[in-house]
Amino acid sequence: MTKHYTRSNRPSIEDINVSIEKGEFVFFIGPTGAGKSTIIKLLLREQIPDKGKVWVNNKEVTSMRRWKVPAFRRSLGCVFQDFRLLPHRTAAENVAFALEVIGKSKTVARRVVPEVMDLVGLGGKEHRYPHELSGGEQQRVAIARAFVNRPLILLADEPTGNLDPDTSIEIMRLLDRINRTGTTIVMVTHDSNIVNQMRRRVIEIEGGHMVRDQARGVYG
Amino acid sequence: MRAKYVLSEVAVGLWRNISMTIAMIITMAVSLTMLGAGLLLYFQVQSMETYYRGQVEIIIYLNKDIAEDDEAKVNLQRELESDPLVQSVSFKNKDQAWADFRELFRDAPDLIESVEKDRLPASFEITLKDMDTADEFIAKYREYDEETIERIMNQQDALEEVFSLMGGVQNLALMMALVQGIAALLLVANTIQVAAYSKRREVSIMKLVGASNWFVQAPFVLEAVFAGLIGAVLAFLALVAGKAFLVDGTFKALFDIMTEMSWTRIWLMLPILAGIASLISAVTGWVTLRFQVKV
Repeated sequence: MTKHYTRSNRPSIEDINVSIEKGEFVFFIGPTGAGKSTIIKLLLREQIPDKGKVWVNNKEVTSMRRWKVPAFRRSLGCVFQDFRLLPHRTAAENVAFALEVIGKSKTVARRVVPEVMDLVGLGGKEHRYPHELSGGEQQRVAIARAFVNRPLILLADEPTGNLDPDTSIEIMRLLDRINRTGTTIVMVTHDSNIVNQMRRRVIEIEGGHMVRDQARGVYG
Repeated sequence: MRAKYVLSEVAVGLWRNISMTIAMIITMAVSLTMLGAGLLLYFQVQSMETYYRGQVEIIIYLNKDIAEDDEAKVNLQRELESDPLVQSVSFKNKDQAWADFRELFRDAPDLIESVEKDRLPASFEITLKDMDTADEFIAKYREYDEETIERIMNQQDALEEVFSLMGGVQNLALMMALVQGIAALLLVANTIQVAAYSKRREVSIMKLVGASNWFVQAPFVLEAVFAGLIGAVLAFLALVAGKAFLVDGTFKALFDIMTEMSWTRIWLMLPILAGIASLISAVTGWVTLRFQVKV
């Protein structure tokens, strides 16, 4: 599976040409405001580049019809800095929501959700509400939700931004495990510790331009 | 989509914004009541026209002094009976006229006492084969001997006045329905916007996870439709009350002249109003959300 896009979205990012293969674990690093979040938005088709194209899984995202976008998003998994859980639903219901949206029945959810909750290490906390969970636990729920449909790609926009260093490392371990199952992971971060520890492909963005693309990089 | 869950979301949504919900329902109810009243009046006029078209007569009032066996009267009668435009002729003498008058105004004895028995003229009640020839017919007999014919009256003219009055009332009701309807539409749009705004976090999360537009919009549209249905029920009850207290009560004398406004027709209003309310609410809701909840 290839991912490759180019070019700018007004001053945000400019002339970026990247290709990502299936199963890779890629970090996009750089200072805040460098345009990293824009990349996630482009992949999710929340924004469209002014020039250039975005392909995900051999589908051209940029010229996709509006009504096809929801279906496209279901094939991705997404995790954010602020967790983005539905506040009035329990952890299990939040994860089940991703299944509900695809149209899977309750029976399927009842079987699959506990599996995923165990996978992320939250077995037993299915009935807690987000406000009853710690930051790290909430992020695990978010990851469970992102992963429950076994997407090909998991996008992560500063997932450890609101977490302390120890919890951050736990989350990264989880993401690593997920990556080993074959899921491509694209993660945007400015957490240097993590990047240095994991030594994966690093793409550095500065001032909207790509300045480095290194196979087993560190935060420089 | 789990129906029970969606319904409970709708109920919660309506409750949270209760004052706006109530405003929405009231304006809709008023608008629908006016619409229903207008429609009922329309049906009423239609049935009356059909009924009276078959019955409307021309009445030729004879001079008071003419007796039943006068040659003038007999000649006129023969002429009328042989007139090709005429369907039927029937003679009502003065005694009959007096009896009819007393019957018609039996609830107003003072009126009866003030009119002398002899004052009411005899008349020929004519039904034409084709009411459209009425003018032609009247023109023919207008020049007739003044000693015999006192006056020719086309009952249709009198009725036209009633019809045009009812038509005026109907138009008024429909205009009010329209104005109220616009107010209701705006309130629905506003209420939905407020609801969508207050839930914007959930909405954005749902879109991120890939929920289809319909999935996201449905609860809001359903809120509007639900409120519309309640408004329709209220309007229906108002029309029922109107029938019970106004048509059959206070204004009974007026409505007795007209053909009956049956209860069946009133019952018919319920599905009609409910249908219109749901449709308009749903469309307004959907259109409002299209501009709000974009992918």
